[in-house]
Amino acid sequence: MIEINKFKSIINKGGLAASEATNQLVGSLLAGDKKKHPPVLWLGTNTCAGDSISFLNSLDPGYRAIITDLIDFRYNHFVMSAEGDMATGVLQDILAKFAGEYILIVEGTVPTRSNGLYCVLGQRSGEPYTALAAVRELGMAAGHVVAVGTCAAFGGPYAAQPNPSGGKSVQEVLNRKVINVPGCPVNPGWIVGTLAHLVWYGEPELDKYNRPTLFYGETIHNLCQRRHYFDSGIFASQPGEPWCMYKVGCKGPVTFADCPYRQWNGEHINWPVKANTPCIGCVSPEFPEHTMPFFEHLPDIHLPGITVNANRIGAVTGTLTALGIGSHLAVSIIKGRLPKTVKIGLAPSKPGLEVLQTTPVQVLVDSIKKKLKKKH
Amino acid sequence: MKKITINPVTRANSPFMVEAVISQGKVVEARCSVQFFRGFELILRDRDPRDASYLTERVCGICSSAHGTAAAYALEDAAGVRPPHNGNVLRNLILGADLLQNHIRHFYLLSLPDYVRGPDMHPFVPGYSKDFRLAGRDNEAMLQNYYEALEMARLAHEMVALFGAKAPFPHSILAGGSTVAPTADVVLNFRSKLKKINDFIANRMIVDVHTLAEVYADYYTIGGRTADMLVFGIFPRDQDDRARYFSCGALLEGQVHQVNAQAINEDLSHAWYEHSTAANDGGIGAEKIPNNKGMLNEQTAPNREKKGAYSWVKAPRYNGRAVEGGPLARLWISGDYRHGVSTMDRIMARVLETQKVGQLMAGWLEELRPGEPVYKPFKVPHEAIGVGLTGAMRGPLGHWLRIEKGRIADYRIITPTAWNMSPRDAEGQPGPMEQSLLNTPVADENEPIEISRVVRSFDPCSACATHVIAPGKSLREFIISV
Ligand code: SF4
Repeated sequence: MIEINKFKSIINKGGLAASEATNQLVGSLLAGDKKKHPPVLWLGTNTCAGDSISFLNSLDPGYRAIITDLIDFRYNHFVMSAEGDMATGVLQDILAKFAGEYILIVEGTVPTRSNGLYCVLGQRSGEPYTALAAVRELGMAAGHVVAVGTCAAFGGPYAAQPNPSGGKSVQEVLNRKVINVPGCPVNPGWIVGTLAHLVWYGEPELDKYNRPTLFYGETIHNLCQRRHYFDSGIFASQPGEPWCMYKVGCKGPVTFADCPYRQWNGEHINWPVKANTPCIGCVSPEFPEHTMPFFEHLPDIHLPGITVNANRIGAVTGTLTALGIGSHLAVSIIKGRLPKTVKIGLAPSKPGLEVLQTTPVQVLVDSIKKKLKKKH
Repeated sequence: MKKITINPVTRANSPFMVEAVISQGKVVEARCSVQFFRGFELILRDRDPRDASYLTERVCGICSSAHGTAAAYALEDAAGVRPPHNGNVLRNLILGADLLQNHIRHFYLLSLPDYVRGPDMHPFVPGYSKDFRLAGRDNEAMLQNYYEALEMARLAHEMVALFGAKAPFPHSILAGGSTVAPTADVVLNFRSKLKKINDFIANRMIVDVHTLAEVYADYYTIGGRTADMLVFGIFPRDQDDRARYFSCGALLEGQVHQVNAQAINEDLSHAWYEHSTAANDGGIGAEKIPNNKGMLNEQTAPNREKKGAYSWVKAPRYNGRAVEGGPLARLWISGDYRHGVSTMDRIMARVLETQKVGQLMAGWLEELRPGEPVYKPFKVPHEAIGVGLTGAMRGPLGHWLRIEKGRIADYRIITPTAWNMSPRDAEGQPGPMEQSLLNTPVADENEPIEISRVVRSFDPCSACATHVIAPGKSLREFIISV
């Protein structure tokens, strides 16, 4: 293979003004450098495998291209040929040969009860190799650690109260930086995009929960196709109706993800609000504990986002009535007097629902946060 | 005599462990053990009953629609509502599409690497090296279909998303019906994707399974056991759920019987739980429950140190017998397939069921009535009990729900893999997967691929199986009644 520098000089001699960027590009194309195809270990701890399956649903690139062109996919219980000691041997082999280089992806919560015996991944010298031990050992030596799915990132459903297995997030058991790529499940675009960023450009920009801002930088609510209904106070009163899902529990106003743009399964097929159901906030650190009940709306709030003025109230109320929505509701929405019906989760308060954005919805989010905290 | 351990068994929805004692080249004793525990039922307590359909989907990433469906049925049962006509059809279509996805992925992605030599790259290597019998061209063709199958499974999940919002964990399976209006554009899109998948099933998957069955014909005699099986029924024919496309039944030694609720029991003797029958704690007693939804009072608590126990899976038994569930059981009871009970029969039945469901779905699309409602609003009852039974991809699935003060007081899930992968019971009777392993020939103890083939024919999913639990608190064990 032609050497990079030699190649660059040939180009330059040929009179091509190769910019730094062009050189880099040519360099990476020719490099054949292992870093551009790093070994990836994907550990499933206490998980339902939903994130592995979602990863396999990636459209462009598809799974075949991902494992051929992007990463060296070494370990994943769902797809690997090896089993038994042959499988766990892969982990030891990577640890010995690629320390500092490989990417460790963890899917699932890490149980801590009974010293980790509530999730055993295999055995070593006849002894159980717990998920807790594996995440710590393989995590400390990895080049990057990625927690994929809300369980690994924040605890998720299995760590919800009363957390029978003592499940924790990866960050809670690992004393190093963890990149969180949450979602229940993760959208294939989020995990494949994060991997591509790591392989090509290094660590992506992260928010305060260590989520890539690329995907989790804006609220669902701000990107939502039904935002105009929200702003006009036109709300669905039951699942299956085509208006704003706020009243049936939508957590879009406090959930940071690009679902409305990206959507799910292939080319923009659908997403929960488009399917006339509420967003349940599955990417949030609070999911599911504080995003339940799923069908109850967020706490009593003033609605600063509403764009109607006093003169338009009548007209809007008329619209609502025509749509079959009770006018008492319309009025209470417009006057900012929604009933206090929300029952937040059962867990002790976690820091959450902090505001990461500076948008017109800021005030709304603030007031929700305040109410939630007051409840505890 | 030599004991071999496979830990983890991979290419299953969640890994598990198999220990087998080999004597004179055959398995003479086997144990299947699941080594992780989550405790879902406890997490469900005190929640809004409407949340169960979304939350229980998180039990399993590959059969989430089945859990959503069982939860929806259970709440409808408790609330005394029926979905509108479209709601029932839409839910069947979503679950059907998810079943196609599961079966296609199981056959190609999870099973085939036991029979087909993969390309020389990770994660296909390392792997076992022996007993790959397919001729070069057949092997190559199936490998191509492996990649194509991934596309088809993704397409099936796109169908789930069309009516269900997303996959895994669709949003449109709810008590009361479903949520996406079956307008012409969506129906057309769904139909077009279904046609592609049905073509793939007919032209590739069916051909591939027959090639496999021919070349590995000895697997019709490996992994066998008596025809003891259980089916709860799947896909209601109408919104009143008077009959289902796959009907409910129990099979004892090959004879189809009506399912008798009283015959269903769970045994804990070799599972990591303590078990004691408790007095009625003042809850709703069996005699007060409508439709004979009987219950037993008992307590369970996890105990990882329990002597003699080796799995987080309990041992459900029917009439004291270990029964299996899944496509073979469903096709046997519907009369579509009665060749035998073995590794290859399970694989064959799974592929044939894929074809049957794909064809049924094309018919269900015709039943949709545009413009009619998809969802029926209802009130969550203050106090009630509901049972939701369906078939998940790998066998009978039951959700049971007790509502008190409008919240979930008890929630119970009995999953297919608990039936299939159960440990021994008090009589020492092994579970179906353990029974099937007996007499399996093992040519090379370092590469016990025969064992893997047998256990994988069940499409095991330990994720489903290990969360039936209520530490330290009294819970009424439920006995399923149909
Ligand atoms: S509340 Fe939900 S449905 Fe309504 S605009 Fe916001 S994100 Fe969209």
